[in-house]
Amino acid sequence: MPENKNNKVVLSAKNLCKSFGTVEVLHGIDLDLRAGEVHAVLGENGAGKSTLVKLLSGFEQLSAGELCLGVDGEGPAPLGHWDNEIAERAGVVLIHQEFNLAEQLSVAENIFLGNEISGVFLLDKKTMRAKSLQYLQVLHSDINPDSAMQDLAVSAKQMVEIAKAQAKNARVLILDEPTAVLTQQESQVLFELVDRLLAQGVAIVFISHKLDEIEQIADVITILRDGALVGHYPAKELSKDDMARLMVGREISSLFPNIPKPSVSDEVALRVTNLTMPGNINPISFELKRGEVLGFSGLVGSGRTALMETVLGLRKAARDNTGHVEVRGEQVCFKQLSSARDKGIAYLTKDRKGSGLLLEKGLAFNFSLFSLHKISRLFIDTKQEQAAFEKAIKTFDIRMKDSSIAAGNLSGGNQQKLLLAKILEAEPSIIIIDEPTRGIDIGTKSQIYHFIAQLIASGHSLILVSSDITEVIGLSHRVAVMYHGEITGVLEGDEIEEHEIMRYATGLKNNISSQTALSQSGITNAKA
Amino acid sequence: MPKLDLKTAGPFLALVIIFIIGILVNDAFLSSGNLSNILARSSFIGIVAIGATFVITAGGIDLSVGSMAAFISGCMILLMNALMDSVDSMIAIILLAILASLGIGAVAGLINGLLTTKAKIEAFIVTLGTMGIYRSLITYMADGGTLSLNFTIGDVYSEVYYGVLLGLPYPVWVFLAVAVIGYVLLNMTVFGRHCFAVGSNERVAKYSAIHVDRVKTATYMLQGICVAIATIIYVPRLGSASGQTGILWELEAIAAVIIGGTVLKGGYGRIGGTVVGALILTLIGNILNLTDAVSNYLNGAVQGIIVIVAVYLQRGAWRRD
Ligand SMILES: Nc1ncnc2c1ncn2[C@@H]1O[C@H](COP(=O)(O)OP(=O)(O)OP(=O)(O)O)[C@@H](O)[C@H]1O
Ligand SMILES: [Mg+2]
Repeated sequence: MPENKNNKVVLSAKNLCKSFGTVEVLHGIDLDLRAGEVHAVLGENGAGKSTLVKLLSGFEQLSAGELCLGVDGEGPAPLGHWDNEIAERAGVVLIHQEFNLAEQLSVAENIFLGNEISGVFLLDKKTMRAKSLQYLQVLHSDINPDSAMQDLAVSAKQMVEIAKAQAKNARVLILDEPTAVLTQQESQVLFELVDRLLAQGVAIVFISHKLDEIEQIADVITILRDGALVGHYPAKELSKDDMARLMVGREISSLFPNIPKPSVSDEVALRVTNLTMPGNINPISFELKRGEVLGFSGLVGSGRTALMETVLGLRKAARDNTGHVEVRGEQVCFKQLSSARDKGIAYLTKDRKGSGLLLEKGLAFNFSLFSLHKISRLFIDTKQEQAAFEKAIKTFDIRMKDSSIAAGNLSGGNQQKLLLAKILEAEPSIIIIDEPTRGIDIGTKSQIYHFIAQLIASGHSLILVSSDITEVIGLSHRVAVMYHGEITGVLEGDEIEEHEIMRYATGLKNNISSQTALSQSGITNAKA
Repeated sequence: MPKLDLKTAGPFLALVIIFIIGILVNDAFLSSGNLSNILARSSFIGIVAIGATFVITAGGIDLSVGSMAAFISGCMILLMNALMDSVDSMIAIILLAILASLGIGAVAGLINGLLTTKAKIEAFIVTLGTMGIYRSLITYMADGGTLSLNFTIGDVYSEVYYGVLLGLPYPVWVFLAVAVIGYVLLNMTVFGRHCFAVGSNERVAKYSAIHVDRVKTATYMLQGICVAIATIIYVPRLGSASGQTGILWELEAIAAVIIGGTVLKGGYGRIGGTVVGALILTLIGNILNLTDAVSNYLNGAVQGIIVIVAVYLQRGAWRRD
């Protein structure tokens, strides 16, 4: 590690406190950020990580405490007024857990938003476009700088956020759960960028619930619990188990719980035959048994979400589609999600902010929106609604200091729990979940896995689309792997293993001779 | 859950203040004749505005209500005059006209709704278009002049506007009934929840198994029916319709909704506020009539200022909900 410039404290926080209204959510946090170091911040959902970094980057104002900034190699000096504009000018850049992108603008326009390069009179669009391309290339991303933000997938949006941060010449770069929406490959690319920035003497703050990543890149770890500082630790000295224990405040038996896999029945819950998606040549077929977990793996953009949404009628199938969908043997053609719901199917979107929750609305309002039919005759039974909501808070361990806040003010992980609670409240028998545990802390994750296991044991069927390979391997009876809008393989038993999955996910292997329905592999699947 | 705060109480507070100003301005203000006149007049805008509360809550806008009212008035008058020859019972004629009015209102709303949802044209454009169409249709029907209701029917029908029950004119009772039904529909039913959800974020609504298009279309139909109801009690007042009927009603209705605390971008609506908003607008006009301090011609200016101030005061407040 090159000396002189590095290891100097660039930003230092003393006794930071933050209250929303009368509720204090951060209680006296100290923190020193050093040049050339990755400082990881760990804590359960709602511990206050996002709030802490918003204070550091001026997006929220301190209720008490002090921030000091080191300038040009000088020791840190107390700051006067601090808001996000001043912070960015001083080189303190935050990439939010929630995206902060203008949906209507193009990728290039977003990257230079507020940072525009202009010629004599007009904006220098050419240079901005060229630079955007360059920033995206550093990330090995093939996103077109001209595409509109709203057309991009969630992970692509995250890549644009990261590209945007490069345009700002950060001295302190704060990444709030950047990898929650990225695949492992994409995350590795991000870490390469982090390494390059470290060599330039940038201080990095990194938040993640994936402890492997913390282990891989962190130099220092700060742990928060319930808004209070637990301590600062050199990363070398903490094992993953230590991290988990310090976060939760008690021993956690196992990071990935041993989920029992009950035997699958022969009944077919959902069968998709020769469904053609727009832009694809080969139709897709698969089937889901009663009591089965069918994992869907694949790289980002492999078409898993598109497939599920086409099956459910949220997207249109190709014009020449001749395929069909059967639910428990009955042929259906969903045009609206409500028809699917009425057949006992629930769908969890991975786009929690864009399609999942009404961020301005209250928690109970969001919770019951998908299952209102259950609690209303002529009028909505608000007593029943409230009771169901309170039960869900316990089941899903949704944590907040004040239950009258809007859903958008829940911490990221708790929003995800609320979304999960919302769709399961409809008591579906077939559950399709896309990235269900995104942003959820490890303790709650294992709680949710157990909950899913119970559902399966009682005869529910589940399609699990996830980029978290441990999750897919740990929960699935069978794993379908997609590549370029096609299912390239359906793995079961010992085949369900990371490297094998990757071979199918990257198109190196293909055991579906495109037209044969994969139901064949399903028939032999009544395993214990 | 409902907490008393400035956001909810604001419009009521404004109403009380304006009411007190009224008392101070002129003794005649408190006379029962004047008060019941204020209530009756606010009924038209109020009823239309209750429909508008649904449309705006679900994220839409309807500019066509004023000319739709004029068009429906014209249709009712033509129909009643035509039925004079063939039907003996005056009551039957009036009931038929009322039914026709409700039907036309619902269909007009359906057209607005389908054009915005199925043809995917922006509501502002669609209703700007239908606004022009109905306005020109009524002018055409009246041949540039005025359509007058047959006197014999007019005499019978006028009871609907001038009749009094328990000390209050019929239009006030109708207004009250529409408001109560509107309140219940918006706040206690699945449909109402869906309106909030659609106005708050259409995409989330779609992913929550809500029929977004159906909900939006239904709000335009409700709006059409509310316009029809307002017209039914408006026609007997003057007994005529012309190209000038219902002019600027859309602005007053939207103003009443906004003053009442409903957010123009959707997702947040309150019927009680709308009722208060309609009362405030009528009160201002009434007070300006009763005083010499400010010219009556400045009525629109005062209303405009009130709308702007109301929105300024409410800005950001809804976020917390
Ligand atoms: N604007 C706000 N108004 C009220 N409460 C808020 C607001 N923002 C955050 N909170 C509360 O502050 C607490 C800390 O939230 P924060 O988002 O910092 O958690 P986090 O550690 O980032 O969690 P996660 O891992 O789920 O992202 C939570 O209880 C949250 O509900
Ligand atoms: Mg967070």
